[in-house]
Amino acid sequence: MAEDLLQQLVNGVAWGGIYALIALGYTMVYGVLKLINFAHGEVYMVGAMTGYYAARSFGLAGAPSLLGLVATLAASMAVCALLAAIIERVAYRPLRSAPRLAPLITAIGVSLLLQNLGQLVFGADPKFFPPLLESRNVFEVGKLSVSNVQLAVLGTAILLMAALQWIVMRTRFGRAMRAVSFDAQAAALMGVPVDRVILGTFVLGAVLAAAAGVLVGLTNPKIDPLMGVLPGLKAFVAAVLGGIGNIPGAMVGGLLLGVIETFVSGYLSSTYRDAIAFVLLIAILLYKPTGLFGTTQTEKV
Amino acid sequence: MSAPLLAIEGLEAGYGAIAALRGISLEVRAGEIVTLIGSNGAGKSTLLRAVSGLLRPAAGRIVFDGEDVTAWPPEKIVARGVCQVPEGRRIFSNLSVLENLRMGAFTRRSGEAAALERVLGLFPRLRERLGQAGGTLSGGEQQMLAIGRALMAEPRLLLLDEPSLGLAPLLVAQIFEIVRTINASGTTVVLVEQNAQQALRVAHRAYVIETGSLTLEGPASVLAADPRVRRAYLGEEDE
Repeated sequence: MAEDLLQQLVNGVAWGGIYALIALGYTMVYGVLKLINFAHGEVYMVGAMTGYYAARSFGLAGAPSLLGLVATLAASMAVCALLAAIIERVAYRPLRSAPRLAPLITAIGVSLLLQNLGQLVFGADPKFFPPLLESRNVFEVGKLSVSNVQLAVLGTAILLMAALQWIVMRTRFGRAMRAVSFDAQAAALMGVPVDRVILGTFVLGAVLAAAAGVLVGLTNPKIDPLMGVLPGLKAFVAAVLGGIGNIPGAMVGGLLLGVIETFVSGYLSSTYRDAIAFVLLIAILLYKPTGLFGTTQTEKV
Repeated sequence: MSAPLLAIEGLEAGYGAIAALRGISLEVRAGEIVTLIGSNGAGKSTLLRAVSGLLRPAAGRIVFDGEDVTAWPPEKIVARGVCQVPEGRRIFSNLSVLENLRMGAFTRRSGEAAALERVLGLFPRLRERLGQAGGTLSGGEQQMLAIGRALMAEPRLLLLDEPSLGLAPLLVAQIFEIVRTINASGTTVVLVEQNAQQALRVAHRAYVIETGSLTLEGPASVLAADPRVRRAYLGEEDE
């Protein structure tokens, strides 16, 4: 029983790491622009698709290697970074001084555009991600087992989140990002090129989503152009759960959501798996709209 | 006479259909403290926002050190040496005091450590608070941080928007003394103030702005003695 619980926890945390990576993109963009970038789930989809094509063209199908995984991640990140930069430049920047609803609707538009473009370019049929790692259990005690794939997913997620935390807290760009998210005009008065920082934030979020796309290919190899919709929404819930705009909040929110989902499908019914995130969203909005780590911002009058 | 450091010619700017500045022309020479006095809503802050590039003027020119900087992006203007301490201080509450100061040096490529020492020499109180979040400082400390942050860039022209607002009288005197010190070390200052009495005492020259137009200008001491100024801004009753 305890082993079972622990097993669910391990599975949940590995799955939650993927949500956390996606949720970070939502929360960072919200931080600097107060925009929910609903196209973010599609960036994650493009990340998975790019990973699929990259892995095959690198000749990794049937020849798993850690180096191959790293190369696939890099290719996917590069493509998604470019994609996010284009989206920001073309869809959001022209709306910078428009009412907040306009970019939000645009985000939904970009999301739909990418879903359909995805079906056009990649085909609507699902593809199967080549196994980039030879799955084996690295840890086994009784019924509890941890596979190397799970370790790779969680390890990569943790590594990337640590790198992000370092960028945000320790670099000049990170400082500028935090300044812009608090007061963009004051940051401009310090000589911060606000538009470039916003672009950089989109790119940073996209790089993490790309990684999530490849990592998901390792555990759930079936990928298709609509795969970004549900994880995108759930990662948004995870970001809200942690407190939208709060970076550690998105990490914790993602992990927590992964664990909750796994527990629900393990102990209640897997039918409820996809619903629980939205039940959670309603509950947060009702009882703690600022999320776990969010703080109430006083509006200046 | 040498060319002015800052020259504003026929500046018009506004928010939508509302004109906040209706053709302002003024000059600031290197080494001066020039104050701009006027009541709430006269257009003082709008003028500074236009100079800093936060607001695109509808007409007119802004020339800094012989270069037309009208409608330049804010970061380019800062890099040229024009820094603003905005009204209400606008401290980054989520950043530490040290990080706030380092934000001020954002455009610098070198010399940050030396600038930090100079600023902390000017504001010793900030040294004790370096690790604290900016939002935890008192109002006076926040104003010092806001000024110190702008000085981190070692600007040639410092724009101060209502630095005395909301501060206790003792602190107000201290802030104006610091403005004098900053100016004595070679920084040209434009001081926007509602506290006309203090502003006219510290400034070399002054302009009076009313509903978007300049109505008076001259040496600060002359304006301080002008009956119209005394009535409107120094709280003097009619005989």
